Amino acid sequence: MQYLCLVYVAGAEFDAMSQSELETFQDESMANDDELQRSGHLVMAQALQPAATATTVRVRNGKLSATVGPFAETTEQLAGFVLIEARDLNDAIEVAGRIPMARIGSIEVRTEMDLQQVRDRAAR
Amino acid sequence: MSLDAVGQVREHLDAVYRSESRRVLATLIRILGDFDLAEEAVQDAFTAATEQWPRDGVPANPRAWLVSTGRFKAVDRLRRRARFDAAVAKLATQLDEQADQLSNRDDEMEDDRLRLIFTCCHPAIAPDAQVAMALREVCGLTTEEIARAYFAAPPTVAQRIVRAKAKIRSDHIPYELPPPSEMGDRLDGVLQVVYLVFTEGYAASSGASLTRVDLCDEAIRLGRLVVELLPDPEAVGLLALMLLQDSRRIARVSAQGELVLLPEQDRSLWNRDRIAEGLLLVERSTSGPTVGAFALQAAIAAVHAESATADATDWSQIVGLYDVLVQADRSPVVELNRAVAVAMLEGPSAGLALIDAIIARGELHDYHLAHAARADLLRRLGRLTDARAAYERALDLTLQDPERRFLAQRLSALPRLATDG
Repeated sequence: MQYLCLVYVAGAEFDAMSQSELETFQDESMANDDELQRSGHLVMAQALQPAATATTVRVRNGKLSATVGPFAETTEQLAGFVLIEARDLNDAIEVAGRIPMARIGSIEVRTEMDLQQVRDRAAR
Repeated sequence: MSLDAVGQVREHLDAVYRSESRRVLATLIRILGDFDLAEEAVQDAFTAATEQWPRDGVPANPRAWLVSTGRFKAVDRLRRRARFDAAVAKLATQLDEQADQLSNRDDEMEDDRLRLIFTCCHPAIAPDAQVAMALREVCGLTTEEIARAYFAAPPTVAQRIVRAKAKIRSDHIPYELPPPSEMGDRLDGVLQVVYLVFTEGYAASSGASLTRVDLCDEAIRLGRLVVELLPDPEAVGLLALMLLQDSRRIARVSAQGELVLLPEQDRSLWNRDRIAEGLLLVERSTSGPTVGAFALQAAIAAVHAESATADATDWSQIVGLYDVLVQADRSPVVELNRAVAVAMLEGPSAGLALIDAIIARGELHDYHLAHAARADLLRRLGRLTDARAAYERALDLTLQDPERRFLAQRLSALPRLATDG
């Protein structure tokens, strides 16, 4: 089953880091991705540009609007994600706990939706 | 190696995974002293086997190979992590040094699973977490499957397991069989877990096949070990119950892999050795001053085992035993089974009233067997529209393929009538 680990970190945490601390963090994150690749967990991992650079898109009454900035202003912002294939939720939690950012931010683990029942209902 | 031979090795590897992965895990937990590290090591060992076995052939003792490979991989993994954490480096060195003193003897490895169950059932761990953790670690059920079996949300179950593992780590709970004086405290939990291993094997909660024989056999083996360690009447009752249920294993599945219910089973297929042993143990477990829930369920299974035909079943004795059992174990599933027995004794409407009352309380609302039993009674009462709705509800809630086919077949066999009979 696939799980999405969403990495949320407060901007202040980053700002407080020295350049060398930041680099260690980045090295550690890369090493962790390699480890996930080796264990067969990794589907995709990606760090993101800061939330301030986001564009939020909506379509209302057929009209597209694009606004500058994230859709919600919160202290902790989405900094990246790791999509994994795991045996079960506890396996996914285990993986999330080893993401280096978990030590300064929060990792939200979300389970993929099982669409089998939806397909069954459509077929019946 | 030819492509055919490679295919055979792959198939063999799948079979080894099914039969050995939990045993290997139990042993690696003992060796590495850490649940999570051991779980990673098991995965690493099987990944290595997928690469090496097709090339080099299957090792003579696959289990020992997997344990030793898992241990090496764990040390590798710790070394890589040690770049960022000095404490981890020390642990890696310790593990490497103790390699020579390790025992990989088969009998010791057999005990590892029982050791694991007793560790999971340590009194410092919350009871609901004990069972959840044991089902995951001992039977290899996923968090999601356990949540389903307990009518709970997966994150709730996951959190219990995370806390239980943290407790084992923080309290330094030893990974060993407790001394006889402390065994009694953990017995309830251990018996629950062994029975859940059995029921998961007997009626797999999801997937393509109806039974997982490996889990049934393992549960019976563990049940015998527990009786040897501690001949408590409930331990004996549990072993009797498992043997009697297991005696019907072959009769319960048709040649086409379909589910066959008790009344339609060919009783000549029942395993007489299992029944004979089970009946003797029922005597033993019910002869004391108090009789426990497992012994009562075994006594009920014994009534079925002793009837020559389905029609000859002594339903009044079964309802009587359920009346006592409901006092000992107030679970809604026991009440549901009692309701089905009452329907056999007094007729479908009496049973239906009881089932409706249980569902109305909100319990078993999402339990497929409650709706399947209800559908069957409605069918017998000729209330076909209601029966159809109940079968459909049961079908929506069932994840296991043969059970789904059974319900779908019952549903399509209902006469199509415009109005209720």
